Amino acid sequence: MSDLLTSYAPILIFLAIAIGLGIVLILAAVVLAVQNPDPEKLSAYECGFNAFDDARMKFDVRFYLVSILFIIFDLEIAFLFPWAVAFPTLSDVAFWSMMVFLGVLTVGFAYEWKKGALEWE
Amino acid sequence: MTIADFTFYLFAAVMVIAGLLTVTARNPVHSVLWLILAFLSGAGLFVLVGAEFVAMLLIIVYVGAVAVLFLFVVMMLDIDFAELKAEMAKYMPLAGLIGVVLLMQLALAFGPWTFADGIEGRLANPTPALDQAHNTQALGLILYDRYFLAFQVSGLILLVAMIGAIVLTLRHRADVKRQDIVAQMMRDPKKALELKDVKPGQGL
Repeated sequence: MSDLLTSYAPILIFLAIAIGLGIVLILAAVVLAVQNPDPEKLSAYECGFNAFDDARMKFDVRFYLVSILFIIFDLEIAFLFPWAVAFPTLSDVAFWSMMVFLGVLTVGFAYEWKKGALEWE
Repeated sequence: MTIADFTFYLFAAVMVIAGLLTVTARNPVHSVLWLILAFLSGAGLFVLVGAEFVAMLLIIVYVGAVAVLFLFVVMMLDIDFAELKAEMAKYMPLAGLIGVVLLMQLALAFGPWTFADGIEGRLANPTPALDQAHNTQALGLILYDRYFLAFQVSGLILLVAMIGAIVLTLRHRADVKRQDIVAQMMRDPKKALELKDVKPGQGL
């Protein structure tokens, strides 16, 4: 096995323990807990009166805007990682191409700031 | 069977099962959760072939961001599960037709698939071997100058996505009072406040 995979062995062990522990806890709840369901226990509880409607409701579209703006800057950072790691050996073209990339995204950032997309009213 | 082989089969099986459950799960929120499991096992498979950076990217970008976006989309839609199930049968023939068309397109694409001449030579040299430079560094060495155009175009696509999302979803409500920080800081106490010397017994 290569060095790379052996260096990931602790993560694999950790994953196995996490999954195992999760299964044990769920099974323990199924096996050990007293289960005595009735319709009132299973229905939604709303402090003394019957529930008005479904708990599922529409989200505001602004959450979507925030998360899509987050993804875009997430990807920008993802492009920065290999650049930063290879920085000592980068050519001039590579350096300036990243500067242009950052410039383009800074234009977008200025646009969204001016538009007020970062504000929550 | 080595541990690496065993982990490969484990991740591959989990990925296929999670993919199936993504499609077949009744509740769209559960579908998204199965999709996250498929992404995670995909990340495991990428680590197994030595593509560390892509694996981490899959976890950060897909699990951390794209899956959350899917969850928002699912939650934004007003989904009535009973109605969904009733309408399922109505759209089944159309869905089946589209599925068959997609399958035939795949068959058409893979049937005449041949490799170009000298592909081994081109596949062999793009990045240094794993023991010379690790994955992220090898990517960094070629991404920014050899694939300059693709890199810049990806930047432009991100810009378009940003502007598109703002144009499509940003609505400012007029009836909301907002904090104007500049106006607050530029406020001059001398203009806002006046001191008057009131004589006793006279008032203003």
